[in-house]
Amino acid sequence: MITTTGLTKVYRSRGREVTALDGVDLHVREGEVYGVIGQSGAGKSSLIRCVNLLERPTAGTVTVAGQDLTALAGRGPRAGRELRRARSRIGMVFQHFNLLSSRTVQDNVELPLEILGQPGRERSRTALELLDLVGLSDKAKAYPAQLSGGQKQRVGIARALAGDPEVLLSDEATSALDPETTRSILQLLRDLNRQLGLTVLLITHEMDVVKSVCDSAALMENGRIVESGTVSELLATQGSELAAALFPVGGEASGDDRTVVDVTFHGEAATQPVISQLSRIYTIDISILGAAIDTVGGHQVGRMRIELPGRYEDNVVPIGFLRERGLQIDVVGTPDREPVPAKEGAK
Amino acid sequence: MTRTDWSEMQPLLVQACGDTLYMVGWSTLIAVAGGLPLGILLVLTDRGGLLRNVVANKVIGQIVNIARSMPFIILMVALMTFTRWITGTTIGREAAIVPLAIGAIPFFARLVEAAVREVDGGLVEAVQSMGGNTWTVVRKVLVPESLPSLIAGTTTTIVALIGYSAMAGTVGAGGLGDIAIRYGYQRFETELMWITVAILAVVISVMQFAGDYAARSLHRRGGRSGPAPRLRLLKAKEPAPADVRKAA
Repeated sequence: MITTTGLTKVYRSRGREVTALDGVDLHVREGEVYGVIGQSGAGKSSLIRCVNLLERPTAGTVTVAGQDLTALAGRGPRAGRELRRARSRIGMVFQHFNLLSSRTVQDNVELPLEILGQPGRERSRTALELLDLVGLSDKAKAYPAQLSGGQKQRVGIARALAGDPEVLLSDEATSALDPETTRSILQLLRDLNRQLGLTVLLITHEMDVVKSVCDSAALMENGRIVESGTVSELLATQGSELAAALFPVGGEASGDDRTVVDVTFHGEAATQPVISQLSRIYTIDISILGAAIDTVGGHQVGRMRIELPGRYEDNVVPIGFLRERGLQIDVVGTPDREPVPAKEGAK
Repeated sequence: MTRTDWSEMQPLLVQACGDTLYMVGWSTLIAVAGGLPLGILLVLTDRGGLLRNVVANKVIGQIVNIARSMPFIILMVALMTFTRWITGTTIGREAAIVPLAIGAIPFFARLVEAAVREVDGGLVEAVQSMGGNTWTVVRKVLVPESLPSLIAGTTTTIVALIGYSAMAGTVGAGGLGDIAIRYGYQRFETELMWITVAILAVVISVMQFAGDYAARSLHRRGGRSGPAPRLRLLKAKEPAPADVRKAA
């Protein structure tokens, strides 16, 4: 639904060049919720703003719903008619809501329809329907200043949906909201994704957002996508930073001559009593440093950090046993001795 | 001191008030009609604006600056040929409107520029993301969102024009300033001068109050964008003296 190839954005100011995007290839499938996560300055914001060409990429192409937007853009800084028409089919939700303070809630939702040139009666009908959809039908005549942050974002979402888009871009939509409101807004996005078949591309710096709504995710660092894939692909990837961040387990080794191993269970492996088997077969004492079971992207996943006596060299056989059982094993703190396989599954 | 006869003064003052309001009214209208687009263009053509154009921005900015820094009385004299070409005369209230309006256009343009710059860039981006063009951005975002500030700017312009219109009196345009100079200064009729001063004070206060009220009532429903009008600023500062008192 959204594809970018070799997307590059270089900002030039006073002779200095800053590369915000460095050849980003992104592929968002139709009907999925795709999360791009990264720290501030990683280039997420530039990326999402390049998707509807609010920001002109320096190089690369952006295709949304089969339409090459970069080809529509033309040379000048101003957006031509065709690009504007394409933009009207891409909804966008902003971190700071960006509602017009001089207009009522209903008039804000009608704004995209005014731009599309719809007649008044149709506009207000659509606006009221959308406000009903986001649960704000009683606030149609209120002004944005009278609403709470979560309500404002609901208006922002209703407005983004007014043009009947196939794609919704969410630029840190929940970053200005408290955790409770964040959950309800994410739930709303998820519902819209399911009910309307809307493809959602969201950027965030909060792992929880990815965890609760995303089907797929990508990790951005320094203008590049360093990992990407569906959530289950990521979890199945050895040494995946995203998987570790999505699903953290804590605990330090109790001594130098110990081996700490992260075991990830998903799918069938989760039902087997592997740890007690391991203990019985190899007669070793296993201590559990940390463990958690959680739902990530709708899948149940367990993760456990265990400690085995002896160095890594002494534990090659038991670790091999765990791998044989279809578990995913990450040995903690031995990156040089444990060659991390190429992240093929993630790419 | 010469005793002034009220029955003589009254028609004089009524006529003068009418002249002042006539001059100020028309020149304000022209100043708004000219200054609003000019101010918006100053923002749009600036670096990072929707119509970024360094040359146009510099040219408009320079013209505005020169016109702004010109003392009004000199502008009035300098524009005499132009005034005669437009109104057919250089004397009288119609003739005074020309330099008043031309002096006020750049003044108002700068106020518009400041007001429009206050509008959150995110709103512009939002409208762009909906597929709006530059004209849509101006019409749906920049003007309505800065309206309280634009009204406050119009009030400031009106008050400044009342001041300038007194100077226009010196070239025979009539008005309250003319009365104050001719009767109060040249004929030593101090009483009459004080009355004109009082009338001017009342007119200015009424204008200021009306402007503040309009800006405030528009702003009340508004949210973040646009600066808070004067009265709210005063209210916001109120707790400070209380704290000082407590500390003392």
